[in-house]
Amino acid sequence: MPTKTKSKIKITNKKVVQKKNLKEEVDVRTPDGGGWLYSDIVKDHFFNPRNFMQYGEEEKFKFNGIGRVGSPACGDEMVLWVQIDPKTEKISQCRWRTFGCGSAIASTSALSEMIVENSGMKIDEALKLKPQNILERLGGLPNRKVHCSVLGDKALQSAINDFFRNTAQHSRVQTAGAKVIDKELNVTDHDIEEAVLEGAQNLEDLQHKLKVGVFNKEVIPQLEDLLRFYNEKYYG
Amino acid sequence: MPLPKLKKVRDVYLDHAATTYVIPAVAKAMAPYIETNYANPSSLYRLGRINNGAINDARRTIAQGLGTMPDTIVFTAGGTESDNLAIFGVAKANADRGKHIVSIGIEHHAVLHSLRELKKDGYEITFVPVDGEGIVKVEDIVAAIRPDTILITVMFANNEVGTIEPIADIGRAILKYRQTNKTIYPYFHSDACQAAGYLDLDVEKLHVDLLTINGGKIYGPKGVGALYIRRGVKIRPMIWGGGQERAMRSGTENISGIVGFAKAFELAQTSREKEWKRVLEIAKYLWERVQKEIPKVRLNGPPFGVNRLPNNVNITFMDVEGEAMLLYLDEYGIMASTGSACTSTSLEPSHVITGMGLPYEYAHGSMRFTFGKRNTKADVDYLMKVFPEIVRVLREISPVVLEEGKKHAKIHQR
Repeated sequence: MPTKTKSKIKITNKKVVQKKNLKEEVDVRTPDGGGWLYSDIVKDHFFNPRNFMQYGEEEKFKFNGIGRVGSPACGDEMVLWVQIDPKTEKISQCRWRTFGCGSAIASTSALSEMIVENSGMKIDEALKLKPQNILERLGGLPNRKVHCSVLGDKALQSAINDFFRNTAQHSRVQTAGAKVIDKELNVTDHDIEEAVLEGAQNLEDLQHKLKVGVFNKEVIPQLEDLLRFYNEKYYG
Repeated sequence: MPLPKLKKVRDVYLDHAATTYVIPAVAKAMAPYIETNYANPSSLYRLGRINNGAINDARRTIAQGLGTMPDTIVFTAGGTESDNLAIFGVAKANADRGKHIVSIGIEHHAVLHSLRELKKDGYEITFVPVDGEGIVKVEDIVAAIRPDTILITVMFANNEVGTIEPIADIGRAILKYRQTNKTIYPYFHSDACQAAGYLDLDVEKLHVDLLTINGGKIYGPKGVGALYIRRGVKIRPMIWGGGQERAMRSGTENISGIVGFAKAFELAQTSREKEWKRVLEIAKYLWERVQKEIPKVRLNGPPFGVNRLPNNVNITFMDVEGEAMLLYLDEYGIMASTGSACTSTSLEPSHVITGMGLPYEYAHGSMRFTFGKRNTKADVDYLMKVFPEIVRVLREISPVVLEEGKKHAKIHQR
């Protein structure tokens, strides 16, 4: 009941310090319309993306690992190029390109900053990066944006795996969350999907790209199945 | 990034298919019914009778615009409710006669999700495919009719790509089917929310039995609409209560909304031919400039002309994602919309773009600009000051290069 007598307890406008709780939906829209769907950090990364591969830079940029995740059919796609120092195992440089919404672009940009700052992240550490780490860096994302747009950790893992393959360290290839097809080379169904996205249409293309099934002939039927599946999925 | 800096940023509204502002003439008509004439139209005292009269006037105005009698008009709380009433109302009232409904896949969600809901109750839905421009063939609709078909629902004009469906032809074909087969089924419903500002809605010329219209797309208030129900159509109410709207839609009438809606509808119908010509010029101008100034673009939907709403420009910008474009445009005060999954609550890309047989990638990169009363070519000039550069920048950071002209776009790595 509204009364005219003023309460003796004075309520001051406290500055609310928001605790970062990533399970809670982050939506920084304000009722006056002046706010933004994304946090200021996200906005900054979106409008001023760091370390992306500029036109004409592809030829010059030296890298020893490349990772690609997603596909435009599902909405987001990302390519990450990394230069890893084989001695120190630190990521000295990286470049990226992302097809996707504001949060996808911002999250890749944030990741690229995280892995090269302070003279570069060690790859063992980089492999432990989780989407949550990128989210924290960004100050959160709207809930429904999280699963689709934070692909950075997967692209990074894929790029480091590529580095392992390029440096003949097949045993170190990480295969978490994927089905291993070729045990000797640690090639997974994800790798085959990526190869198809990169244009592999037949077994020869696949063997050329991944060296898969060259020594280990019994995996060939499985490879052909996956080739057919992914080719139909994307180009059918 | 080196995006153009503008001396003056202003608001440019290019999203009239989402909703429109209320124009002054409509607001003026509504004003008395908000503060002064507040009475319940069902009340017997003078103020109530005045409002009852106002609703009847509004009903007459709408009926006149549709070329019908006032008793066929039921006021509802908007286009979605009208669609729901038409679909559930007919389905429930005629279930003993059949449980089959025919529609097309590029309908508005108000229709699609209602049909999906009916499926759970054992109804069968046939979605007739549309062509690459979103147009359905009359003979395909007729071919889909079965002895147990009770309803056919096809939108008049599509909200995303502006496709105008051949409603009068479909209506005539259904009439012929009924005559040949000596039946009163199937009934024919059309959602005309997007069409009301630009097309003739005479229900006798269209041969429709049910027609959905609303206020929020024709410079009238939101949250008010109407359903035309031809005399003799078997339909059951979906909302029960005090028996308003001849018990077809109970609830105290939204008097100011109904008055404003009728005014807006009247104005939209009298100015539709002039407005068609005016906005078509602006729409064509935008598409010409986009083609000249931005590479790798594609107009979704029919070419400009009789098969397309004149205010709709829906373009796919290859290799770029729609939400990212929207956010950049928003920085310049430009308001438009996209068929990308990222902006939809379902995270599904536009069912309209994919429903026309185009790959997902085309939906993700699609942008819809819809013009209206307050737009001029100067708004296009303003947009084109920044848009080519926005697309260029987003393409630079995109790893995707689509090959145009293939059913399923091939992706190349740059």
